Amino acid sequence: MPNMSLKRNEMPVQAPDVRNKNFKEVALGYTEEQAIDEAKRCLNCKNKPCSTGCPVQIDIPAFIAQVAQGNFAEAYKIITKSSSLPAVCGRVCPQETQCESKCVRGVKGEPVAIGRLERFVADWHNSQPETTVEKPVSNGHKVAIIGSGPSGLACAGDLAKKGYDVTVFEALHIAGGVLSYGIPEFRLPKSIVQKEIEGLKALGVKVETNTVVGKTISIDELMQEEGFESVFIGSGAGLPRFMNIKGENLNGVYSANEFLTRINLMKAYKDGSSTPIKAGTKAVIVGGGNVAMDAARCAKRLGADVTIVYRRTEKELPARAEEVEHAMEEGIEFKFLTNPTEITSTDKGWVKGVICQQMKLSEPDASGRAKPVPIDGAFFEIEADCVIMSIGTSPNPLIKSTTEGLDTQKWGGIIADDNGLTSKTGVYAGGDAVTGAATVILAMGAGKKAAAAMDEYIQNK
Amino acid sequence: MFEILEKKSLNPTVTLMRIYAPKVARKAEPGQFIILRTDSEGERIPLTVADYDRESGSVTIIFQIVGATTEKLNHLNEGDCLQDFVGPLGRATETEGLKKVAVVGGGVGCAIAYPVAKKLHELGVEVHSVVGFRNKDLVILEDEFKAASSKFVLMSDDGTAGEKGLVTDALKKLIESGEKYDRVITIGPLIMMKFVCQLTKQYEIPTVASMNPIMIDGTGMCGGCRLTVGGQTKFACVDGPEFDGHLIDFDEAMARGAMYRDFERKAHDDACNLFKGVE
Repeated sequence: MPNMSLKRNEMPVQAPDVRNKNFKEVALGYTEEQAIDEAKRCLNCKNKPCSTGCPVQIDIPAFIAQVAQGNFAEAYKIITKSSSLPAVCGRVCPQETQCESKCVRGVKGEPVAIGRLERFVADWHNSQPETTVEKPVSNGHKVAIIGSGPSGLACAGDLAKKGYDVTVFEALHIAGGVLSYGIPEFRLPKSIVQKEIEGLKALGVKVETNTVVGKTISIDELMQEEGFESVFIGSGAGLPRFMNIKGENLNGVYSANEFLTRINLMKAYKDGSSTPIKAGTKAVIVGGGNVAMDAARCAKRLGADVTIVYRRTEKELPARAEEVEHAMEEGIEFKFLTNPTEITSTDKGWVKGVICQQMKLSEPDASGRAKPVPIDGAFFEIEADCVIMSIGTSPNPLIKSTTEGLDTQKWGGIIADDNGLTSKTGVYAGGDAVTGAATVILAMGAGKKAAAAMDEYIQNK
Repeated sequence: MFEILEKKSLNPTVTLMRIYAPKVARKAEPGQFIILRTDSEGERIPLTVADYDRESGSVTIIFQIVGATTEKLNHLNEGDCLQDFVGPLGRATETEGLKKVAVVGGGVGCAIAYPVAKKLHELGVEVHSVVGFRNKDLVILEDEFKAASSKFVLMSDDGTAGEKGLVTDALKKLIESGEKYDRVITIGPLIMMKFVCQLTKQYEIPTVASMNPIMIDGTGMCGGCRLTVGGQTKFACVDGPEFDGHLIDFDEAMARGAMYRDFERKAHDDACNLFKGVE
């Protein structure tokens, strides 16, 4: 009998006033009993609407059916047929707009907690004694992956399983891309990211850190001199945007990228870290996406009073509802319909405050969201000693500028077809480098698609 | 791993190291920089490429012991390895079309100015080098500069080496004496570069200054190294490190350079105390 409760099983979390002072994971995951109970809420629909909402088409009802019977190992096998990073996606996917939004149980009541179940299965697998992975038989073909973020790792994993000799090139000293430098420990523990990467290495994938493709070596050199037959570009969207307002280069103003990189990659939050960070006593975060929530919650944990300013209203916040809710619970203040126009300075060149203009909503703009317009003369200043700009990122121009024949959009995104093929023979691309800043799972999906296309390209060469 | 092939003390606070890094050596050009970490817990620091040898696969760095990381770096010896060494980053010095250049270096900045002078000299450009130090004990690369320059002027604050005075005094004298430079390239403390640029602006000599701000990734990702050039925000790591000296907002760059001074001072003291305990 299915469990007909309209409510999903709550996942245990650290209490807000405890967790806003530490960097440990906020959500603690289901117990086996909770997972089985939640899995029993699934009606095992024949037409699998949930799977159609999944960018990598995981056979969701099938894995949930195995969880319901306590066959966690089998459930893991089903998930990993489609997803390379289940422990990651179970944590950071926007399930509420994907699989869970299609769940029939959500019509009347709450949808099955698919994300929490995925996370449970992956964590269960990771807690089991290591099994030796058999390396696939080599097919003798060399492929290169540029960037070790979600799209690159997914692409690398699929190609390695097919027997390719895969090398992943990473500019930073640690692999993982945004999973390592961007998403904070309390949302995605770095040990999980490293575990996923170790899993790929066990399949034979080589990871070369400290290699900036475009500087240390070019794509043409990889293909012509190093013998890589095909290349996947998954270099992400790492270039931070600023507002170009007065005072943005004052001391105490960070891009969210810099702020989060100092914390996540360089561990600046730890006592004795050799990398400094200044979250100040009053931090203002500009922006309303997931990255803004991450930056705000990090600043809070470093002891600052935190205000998020966003130019639209709560309803238009692009961040996941859960992230907004967590931020609010942790004591972060939101100022909506608020747009910074200037950052003011102390006489020593440090941030003193943020002058903001009150906004109101008008007609929908090109994005389909109501357009914020300034209200004349309605200015006010928020006191601050730290400002974090979190208004988006663009693809890094480094590869474009050093790769002849690689076409890009005006805004910098690499032009690629549905299978990831770029304007350059044998060169594929996917993830944020193509789409602009999006989600982990979409990047993963693009990496997998490209892997299939690269395989076909090489086999038919 | 990135082995230290050679270590040499140039003066009490400046050290030269030759590092085995064949991938970086293969591509490095004067004006570019690298980022290194000494150990797995270390911070990432940028250092300009002082020299490179493509055949032996080595890159030379010259650093002043100013903070915790450079202190730790200085305690490593030949045969030891660096945790990370990535590059070459940034744009190389533009040398095209130059016929006569004044290279103006100050302090440890001379370590970066030297490979530029050498490269220009090799390209057949007439190079005049003006270098300044606080006193004779701090002078570095004197013979190397002499070999790469048709004119060499050494200045010191206290007059114990070369002439007494600032590099701007010497540069002004050269210009006033009728030397016509089609470019001045200046590398050194921000305050020195600011005054060099003010001087050359009066004479309308195109001037390039090499910036060395705080940065993390070195690939355009963090924006920590941003500076204002001609009213526009630029990233030193990808747009530079060399910029039109007449357009740089030096005052802002100086303020930004001091952002973590209290932290750095404490970290340096801690590192010194640590090494005192070891020795």
